[in-house]
Amino acid sequence: MTGLLEILGLGASAELLSLSGWGGNLLRGLANSLQIAFGAFGLGLVIGLFGAYGKLYGGKVTRDLLAIYTTVIRAVPELVLILILYYVGSDIINQISEAMGGGRVEINGVAAGIWVLGVVQGAYATEVLRGAIQAVPTGQIEAAKSYGMPAIMIMRRVTIPAMMSFAVPGLANLWLIATKDTALLAVVGFNELTLETRQAASSTRAYFTFFLAAGFLYLMVTLCSGAVFARIEKWARRGQPSLKEGSA
Amino acid sequence: MDRATAAAPEQEPEPRREAIRVENLHKSFGSLEVLKGVDLTAQQGDVVAIIGGSGSGKSTMLRCINFLETPSSGKIVIGGEEVAMRADGSPANQKQIERIRTKLAMVFQQFNLWTHRTLLENVIEVPVHVLKMPKPQAIERARELLARVGLGGKEDTFPAYLSGGQQQRAAIARALAVDPSAMLFDEPTSALDPELVGEVLTVIRDLAAEGRTMLLVTHEMKFAREVANHVVYLYQGRIEEQGPPAEVFGNPQSERLKQFLSSVG
Repeated sequence: MTGLLEILGLGASAELLSLSGWGGNLLRGLANSLQIAFGAFGLGLVIGLFGAYGKLYGGKVTRDLLAIYTTVIRAVPELVLILILYYVGSDIINQISEAMGGGRVEINGVAAGIWVLGVVQGAYATEVLRGAIQAVPTGQIEAAKSYGMPAIMIMRRVTIPAMMSFAVPGLANLWLIATKDTALLAVVGFNELTLETRQAASSTRAYFTFFLAAGFLYLMVTLCSGAVFARIEKWARRGQPSLKEGSA
Repeated sequence: MDRATAAAPEQEPEPRREAIRVENLHKSFGSLEVLKGVDLTAQQGDVVAIIGGSGSGKSTMLRCINFLETPSSGKIVIGGEEVAMRADGSPANQKQIERIRTKLAMVFQQFNLWTHRTLLENVIEVPVHVLKMPKPQAIERARELLARVGLGGKEDTFPAYLSGGQQQRAAIARALAVDPSAMLFDEPTSALDPELVGEVLTVIRDLAAEGRTMLLVTHEMKFAREVANHVVYLYQGRIEEQGPPAEVFGNPQSERLKQFLSSVG
């Protein structure tokens, strides 16, 4: 292995990327990115579920507020939103802290990243889930109602499982976007994969090596996610015959 | 109208309890008045067939009974318990309507089985989650019911892999699983291919024979005549004529009913 790398003239790169070298930093950055992506995606799902139900069944005020939320979030570039939400968020927290007699608070980078990207994801998830809920045949919900199921049980036992097959492709997109949006957090100085890569690259001048390595890591995340979502989608579509002829 | 009271057969010695009573039921969709004051009473063990042309309000009436449609006004009494209604006809007490709905099992024209659940899961869903029956007991009962409607061995099949007739029979098993005090059939064979109608009617016929209380909205006149002990003919949101099947079908009084019966052959 080492011999092959020497022949290809990649010995130096391998050394730079070793775990004891900058490679460890890159992996730590990746771990941070994934942590934020998970958190933001999860928060986005929760916001999205409430948002979707609010948009479909809420009162006029609820619907108007949600319309403003999804419109504004989806209209403003993510990078701008991240800057606004991050600085506004930390400013508000500090003002509250100072008003209550405390000192300035050190904002936890992971928590801040999850909150900022989660709010962005929530707006998109609201629309994905709203569409999926609307795609559930009304008869499925009527049947549940006619057998005396309370509203929450209908949501849990019928609507959400039935809408999953419509929601999963859109949610898979959102997850992939979440993994890559973590790179934008570099602008607020959060040590995720992209910032770690930039630091490694500028310290060693080996830009090509490190950005290629980072690209490879992002690609791996996407490939693994694809495999996971394929399984989730298969589960969500249980009971529905395949569209492809001949395969059940 | 007075034939309705004469319909009670004499072979029942003890007085039967009232299962469903509908009084002066009105229902409008916007400016369109679909039901214009319908009265209907079904005693326990009655099989009431509701017939009428398209748009006569027969399905709407059935759906008002379990509040899938909100009546505009009127009174609905299920098993002696009046459903509390607000001024706009909506149920005043959601808990009450949910409790009453568990006693009224509905069978839909489009089956409406839950597509993401197997037949067994469909049948045990309401007993386990709404009625809080222990799961092993519910499964055992579900297997019996599926076998009874001729679907033994199909427990783990998803609805989409079955014919319409099989799905409707599974839907009937789901309805029986809640041990309903009355069953509401909303055109149960209208979405089926002609050759599949018979298997569903056979199941319903058996249920009628064992004394289940049923309200049956149907286009199958021969079947209605055979299984029902009371037939209601709706015309434009009003009961035009009702009585025992032999009289309604054999000796119709109103011109509209005569016309309707000759048109459906």
